[in-house]
Amino acid sequence: MTAVAEPEVGRARLRKEDARLIAGRTRWTENMALPGMLHVAILRSPHAHARISRIDVSAAAGAANVVAAFTGADVSETQGALACAWPVTEDIVMPTYPPLAVTEVRHVGEPVAVVVARDRATAVDSLELIDVEYEPLPVVLDIEAALADDSPLVHADAGTNKCYTWVFDSAQAGSGGATSDAAAEAEVTIQRRYVQQRLIPSSMEPRSVVVDPTGGDWTIYSATQIPHILRFLLAATTGTPEHKINVIAPDVGGGFGGKLAVTPEEWIAFAAANRVGRPVKYTESRSENMVSAHHGRDLIQDITLYAKRDGTVTGLDVKLTANMGAYLGIVTPGVPILGAFMYNAIYKFPAYRFECTGVFTNTTKTDAYRGAGRPEATYAIERTMDELAAELGVDPMEVRRRNWIKHEEFPFTTVATLTYDSGNYEAATDKAMRMLGYDELRAEQQARRAAEDRVQLGIGISTYTEMCGLAPSRVLGALRYGAGGWENAAVRMLPTGKVEVVTGTSPHGQGHVTSWSQIVADRLGVPFEDVEVRYGDTRIAHKGLDTYGSRSLTVGGVALVQACDRVVEKARTVAAHLLECSTDDLEFADGTFRVRGTPDAAKTLGDCALAVFAAHDLPDGVEATLDADATFDPQTFSFPHGTHLCAADVDRETGEVHLRRYVCVDDVGRVINPMIVEGQVHGGVAQGIAQALFEEAVYDADGNLLTGSFVDYTIPSAADLPPIESDRTETPATSNPLGVKGVGEAGTIAATPAVVNAIVDALRPYGVHDVPMPCTPERVWRAIRSASQEVAS
Amino acid sequence: MARISLTVDGVTYADDVAPRTLLAYYLRDQLGKVGTVIGCDTSNCGACTVLMTNADGAPRSVKSCSVLAVQADGRSVTTIEGLSTEDGMHPMQRAFHEQHALQCGFCTPGMIMTAVDLLADNPDPTEDEVRKGLEGNLCRCTGYQNIVRAVLAAAADMRGVPAVPSPRAEAPAPSAVAPAQTAEVAP
Amino acid sequence: MIPVAFDYLRPSTVEDAVTALADGGDEAKVLAGGQSLLPVLRLRLSAPSVLVDLGGLAQLRGARVDGDRLVVGAMTTHAEVAGSEVVGAEVPLLAVAAAGIGDRQVRHLGTLGGALAHADPAGDLPTVAVALDAELVVAGPGGRRSIPASEFFRDLFTTALGPDEVLVEVRLPRMSGWGFRYEKFQRTAQAWATVGVAAAVRRENGSIAEARVALTNMGPRPVRAAAVEQALAGADATADALAAAAGHAAEGASPASDLSASAEYREHLARVLTRRALVAAAGL
Repeated sequence: MTAVAEPEVGRARLRKEDARLIAGRTRWTENMALPGMLHVAILRSPHAHARISRIDVSAAAGAANVVAAFTGADVSETQGALACAWPVTEDIVMPTYPPLAVTEVRHVGEPVAVVVARDRATAVDSLELIDVEYEPLPVVLDIEAALADDSPLVHADAGTNKCYTWVFDSAQAGSGGATSDAAAEAEVTIQRRYVQQRLIPSSMEPRSVVVDPTGGDWTIYSATQIPHILRFLLAATTGTPEHKINVIAPDVGGGFGGKLAVTPEEWIAFAAANRVGRPVKYTESRSENMVSAHHGRDLIQDITLYAKRDGTVTGLDVKLTANMGAYLGIVTPGVPILGAFMYNAIYKFPAYRFECTGVFTNTTKTDAYRGAGRPEATYAIERTMDELAAELGVDPMEVRRRNWIKHEEFPFTTVATLTYDSGNYEAATDKAMRMLGYDELRAEQQARRAAEDRVQLGIGISTYTEMCGLAPSRVLGALRYGAGGWENAAVRMLPTGKVEVVTGTSPHGQGHVTSWSQIVADRLGVPFEDVEVRYGDTRIAHKGLDTYGSRSLTVGGVALVQACDRVVEKARTVAAHLLECSTDDLEFADGTFRVRGTPDAAKTLGDCALAVFAAHDLPDGVEATLDADATFDPQTFSFPHGTHLCAADVDRETGEVHLRRYVCVDDVGRVINPMIVEGQVHGGVAQGIAQALFEEAVYDADGNLLTGSFVDYTIPSAADLPPIESDRTETPATSNPLGVKGVGEAGTIAATPAVVNAIVDALRPYGVHDVPMPCTPERVWRAIRSASQEVAS
Repeated sequence: MARISLTVDGVTYADDVAPRTLLAYYLRDQLGKVGTVIGCDTSNCGACTVLMTNADGAPRSVKSCSVLAVQADGRSVTTIEGLSTEDGMHPMQRAFHEQHALQCGFCTPGMIMTAVDLLADNPDPTEDEVRKGLEGNLCRCTGYQNIVRAVLAAAADMRGVPAVPSPRAEAPAPSAVAPAQTAEVAP
Repeated sequence: MIPVAFDYLRPSTVEDAVTALADGGDEAKVLAGGQSLLPVLRLRLSAPSVLVDLGGLAQLRGARVDGDRLVVGAMTTHAEVAGSEVVGAEVPLLAVAAAGIGDRQVRHLGTLGGALAHADPAGDLPTVAVALDAELVVAGPGGRRSIPASEFFRDLFTTALGPDEVLVEVRLPRMSGWGFRYEKFQRTAQAWATVGVAAAVRRENGSIAEARVALTNMGPRPVRAAAVEQALAGADATADALAAAAGHAAEGASPASDLSASAEYREHLARVLTRRALVAAAGL
């Protein structure tokens, strides 16, 4: 009998995933080579808006080593359409989205023709043989201009560029007052416009897809976050029998929402494979990715905050204008709506109104990017709280304290109708301030201000929460989302006592294999090493809704716990039979059933697994299996929170920003693996800092993407980012049996306002109250200059 | 086609290649060395980094997507797949594992190869020198924090210095706390 | 992306390289380290029909002293320039600028000659060459000729190199006793210079005896900051005097407005960075 094992949950277990990744023994989709496999290349539109007046692929089709060349017109009957799963309002405009353009192109990079060839180089070369005549159409890029009556239309048949307007009003919802009353009674009104610049998710692995149609079944390998959703939608939109499709997401090199997509390229590869009857592969180049994979953010936020002079906020009005791009991706319209419930953040605002208008433009579509809606909300409110503090002349932390939900007030139902189950903003904040040395840095800031140093110090605060763990299916239904938010897990007890776990989540860097093994090891009392986790293949993981929205642990992890518990209950019956006792007499601990009072009478889970495998001696009516699965549908979201603090040195002469310190304390509830959690925070923070300082997708007046490669779309390297000092508090979630909250997006949500608040804080004595993102040196310099000119005039 | 002969991970190859073949594609498509990956087309991301001997025979990190296979004629190339020895993982690989310096793992081969080269030049770098030394490799997952830790840990290991206590040392589980309470987690 | 197909030649003498270029005509292109050329080929922004690889020309590598000159072979890599003892001793400004190019992988392959012949206005080494009055020695069908840096860089990506000429070496004045600084302003560590300033200053008895200043990315080609140099000649070696001289830095420059900066901001940066470079170079 083994000694009582140390719990696996909470240990910084090194990852099981690493061994092959650090040795280069990987299975990226692009690595796939199947017998007879051909290569796909895609010709893309150089115009932001044009009618295809003529297209001729015959020269390409006739070229040596080219097997097929085709256009959208050639496959218009069979190619299906790309689906948007989130029609947020009844009257939303949902344009048809053909994978391969048929008559019209609506953004630069839109696919117009395809070549299938023996090798990659020939396929690319032959694109140059395709002759396309375009009739250019008027282009609209600016979201406010697109709403004007005389604007060119992205989709002429829609008669408007407005996709939808979605409203939440706490007065109507009964969750709070009317903001019109707050406006009438406000002692202080803060009105600001913030622009969330367009970002490009940029997972390091470009997207890649292999379609194998051999034998009347389709096996699709794709670098995707969502193999299950891909399978369902491919079947639903092309009429292919779902049970004939198998989707495999092999090793996937990051996603960040960028691979929470069903892509034109996947549909095109499917069409190409069907056309030639052989396996095909398409791997995008980075430049193709930048122009065709969906982008993120890109919205204008008009914020009005009402408050009393004592700093108590009395109401918040939010008006968004959000860029959909030219088409609707799988959750495009819903991304800003995910933020709708988060503008009130950690605060007790008594009145709240939110209105979002989605707008079509001749740009690459937007869709989920890490945080999806919540970073935008958090940015706006955390920037605005700083503005309120500045207006009132008090420390920005003080304004937050005055308004936030106190730890003894949980569970707390917000003005946006969500019930936060747990949290402790005071504890996280106090810890972060101690780590940073907040008071000492404030003193240094005062001294440097007094000395009028060339380099000024700013301290930025972000006290955030977010809603994740997507999602309660009923809530999704109420929000008109097309699917549910449950997750599935299965546990298979092998006769040798080893455990095979199947999860419906689809990890692409998050370390589920390791964390899930820890959970199962504790729950079943088996060694960590004895657990294997299978995922990302719809023939193995039959049911699942994949990985996004910080959902995998809070939803999939709970399903896993439930499946484990079912295995134990099945085994209990078997163990009782073997031990000739009642199930009530058994206690289960450390993987072993013991008869109460007779500890030597024991059977391990492995004993039970072997017994059902042999099945020689099972009680009547007991199935010869311990395997179990479970589907968990959460009752509520998960609400991680934390406090991020940033100390920035800002050079008044050049506008350069140097992040001197970055401190974060996150509360993600109970932690399965602190090492993995810390890694998620680091990566999230880096992407949040990147939005604040470095990244922006920029179009020219004709709709060409100027930031079409990593030369101009400047992703920060190690040399551009500060060390991240991270720690945690643990306030367990009460909404799930693991006590866990999501962590995948928290860092990104928190970091951006912390950085920009620091920059503005440094420059407040010089009259600066905002710097548009990304806060490039030139923009900081201009903010200082225009503020000083305002002062002078 | 051009005739080339080169050594990759200790094996000598002789091949006819189209002059436009990039070393990265040669490794992947012709030699099946798919451990080396391609992340961009502008020589920014560094995912494709391998070691290639220079004219003096010294192995140096290069971006294999910005080298023609014909330029590698007569040279010796080491990829991530050739880094481990019969004795096991290279200290840099071990450090990446132990310091949780990878998540999705796509940038990892290039990151490790660059880091190995960095330490060959500078066996005892400061944190800033490590950050600067990795400026040609992009990672979207880790925020670089643990990559920097790993390179410093590998440097100590390779110099034979007793390793700095790893923050990765397995901490005991935080004591269970009642729902309304908040546990302060030891740093 | 994959380059358009091309033929490939790897001559083993400079003469063969020149012949190959002459034979190839307009369609031929020199491959030095390839660190600028290969991304351009991959994006299909250029499609030469033949590449003449200078990688086999061992005689074009390395640095040596020749009288009052430092001579660096065109195929010497940035890493070799940055690490060269003789370069560090004789023209440290060149070593420092080379050490800051691209990233370490790029520096292992990219070459001095390649960077100069590429003539990217955001490149650091053309600026250093112009600041130091380097001479660029080129070989052509008619033999060798020497071109002063001030005449070598003609325009955006355009030099005085003939289509059948090969840059073989760079001759720089030995500058012991000078103070140096290359001040580089970048959006990210691996980005090209938004603006760069190469400064060399020789002090004598508390005043500036000689100063050389040139700017990166302040026009289609490197800009020699003549007005700054004039203002410095004989000036007191004080911070105020240097600052006053630096105020002239943007005179005669014609910077572009692009994604990384506006022309106006570049002019501002030129003044600030020139002052900082001069202060550092003068050892103040």
